[in-house]
Amino acid sequence: MNGSMKALFKRDMLLAFRSRGDLLNPLMFFLMVASLFPLAVSPDPLFLGQIAPGVIWVGALLATLLSLDLLFKSDFEDGSLEQMLLMPQPTLLMVIVKVLVHWLVAGLPLAFIAPLLGLMLGLPSGGFAPLMATLLLATPILSLLGAIGAGLTVGLRKGGMLMPLLILPLYIPVLIFASSAVQAGVLGNSYVGHMAFLGAYLALTLVVAPVATASALRISIAR
Amino acid sequence: MWTSLKRLYHKMGSPKWFYEISTRWSPWFLLVGSALMLTGVVWGLAFAPADYLQGNSFRIIYIHVPASLLSQSAYIMMAAAGLVGLVWKMKMSFVVAKVIAPIGASLAIMSLLTGAIWGKPTWGTWWVWDARLTSMLILLFLYFGVIAIYNAIENEEMANKAAGILAIVGSINIPIIKYSVEWWNTLHQPATITMTKKPTMAPEMFIPLLLTIIGFYCWFAVWVFARTRNELLWRERRTKWVKNLVINAPTNSGAHQ
Repeated sequence: MNGSMKALFKRDMLLAFRSRGDLLNPLMFFLMVASLFPLAVSPDPLFLGQIAPGVIWVGALLATLLSLDLLFKSDFEDGSLEQMLLMPQPTLLMVIVKVLVHWLVAGLPLAFIAPLLGLMLGLPSGGFAPLMATLLLATPILSLLGAIGAGLTVGLRKGGMLMPLLILPLYIPVLIFASSAVQAGVLGNSYVGHMAFLGAYLALTLVVAPVATASALRISIAR
Repeated sequence: MWTSLKRLYHKMGSPKWFYEISTRWSPWFLLVGSALMLTGVVWGLAFAPADYLQGNSFRIIYIHVPASLLSQSAYIMMAAAGLVGLVWKMKMSFVVAKVIAPIGASLAIMSLLTGAIWGKPTWGTWWVWDARLTSMLILLFLYFGVIAIYNAIENEEMANKAAGILAIVGSINIPIIKYSVEWWNTLHQPATITMTKKPTMAPEMFIPLLLTIIGFYCWFAVWVFARTRNELLWRERRTKWVKNLVINAPTNSGAHQ
């Protein structure tokens, strides 16, 4: 069982790095969305510093949404997803491996590029540590919840339009706690409580989301 | 007890039985609901004392609160019906889940509209990012997601199952969303006026509210029954019992036979 999951992990990582453009697109999108705000609202650094935590986090949510298409779509189109569901190993494990790969190639890079955006948006220096910390802790939640939406919409032609409708409401607690953790850091307050909440939410989604995704995939494949 | 429960469950699974029983129950629910609504609304609007702070504008509570409560419990009912359908493969319960979705969404819209109308005289604006308004808005978004799934997936069985999963995930998230929105709200707006959260409400204000709440639930049942029967007639249009029903139905023109 371990061996096959390792093989799946390797295969997915390899596939992801073979098409680097797909990996870079969400990152570039993240960068662009964040740089729209100074143009649209005001380049005043003080003002930008105030809205920076929220802007960066909203950008991260949208970039994740954009990258969720990578999760199951190509496997569905070439039929390998169906074969994976037929494997003797539990679908649950397959989903967890795929979500892990998605997080490594789409969620983790967001955390590393975010400080750059923080600099551009004039985020006060106290905000950088919580920004990195919340992104590291909470982007797995985004991948896990997003996998449910990706699983439900995988066979649909208009799936891309549907996914934000399904997933964004579920992202709201993450957005609230993560961006206020960054704000607390900016003000010099402790943000341990926020991190604890995000950790609890991660634990919950880790339990619920793979089960829901696995059954969503089974429904979508039976189509 | 157990066997009779099981029998009830199997009966509930039969579209024909559900059609017949809901046809028989609907008028009673309608009657009781209308009586309660009439009493509650007349009492609330004409006889309940005016609020010492808000004057007469608080009276919209008799529509606003029942709509909000019901739209929340409708989501839970929808998720529960979806769960029953997914676990025990009961088609009837998928039908009920499907018909609840637009009803719940429209109740959420009604709650938001009446909230906005209430907010205008009380807060001076139509919309405030108050915790309850915000979580109601997110509930509406959750309903939109479920409705969007029904619209997007053509195969009926798949659509039912997919919507069931989404509703279950959403209902797990509802308490978390509610809590986090409330927490966010206390962080950003400590000075909001809370209205419905008054610890003690005078009984002559509260009893009519209770009546309208129960009345709303009865009307909701009538509404769900009616939509379910429509849906059943369409789904089962090729079966014998529907054909018999149509043939034996009393027609207005009565030209044939």
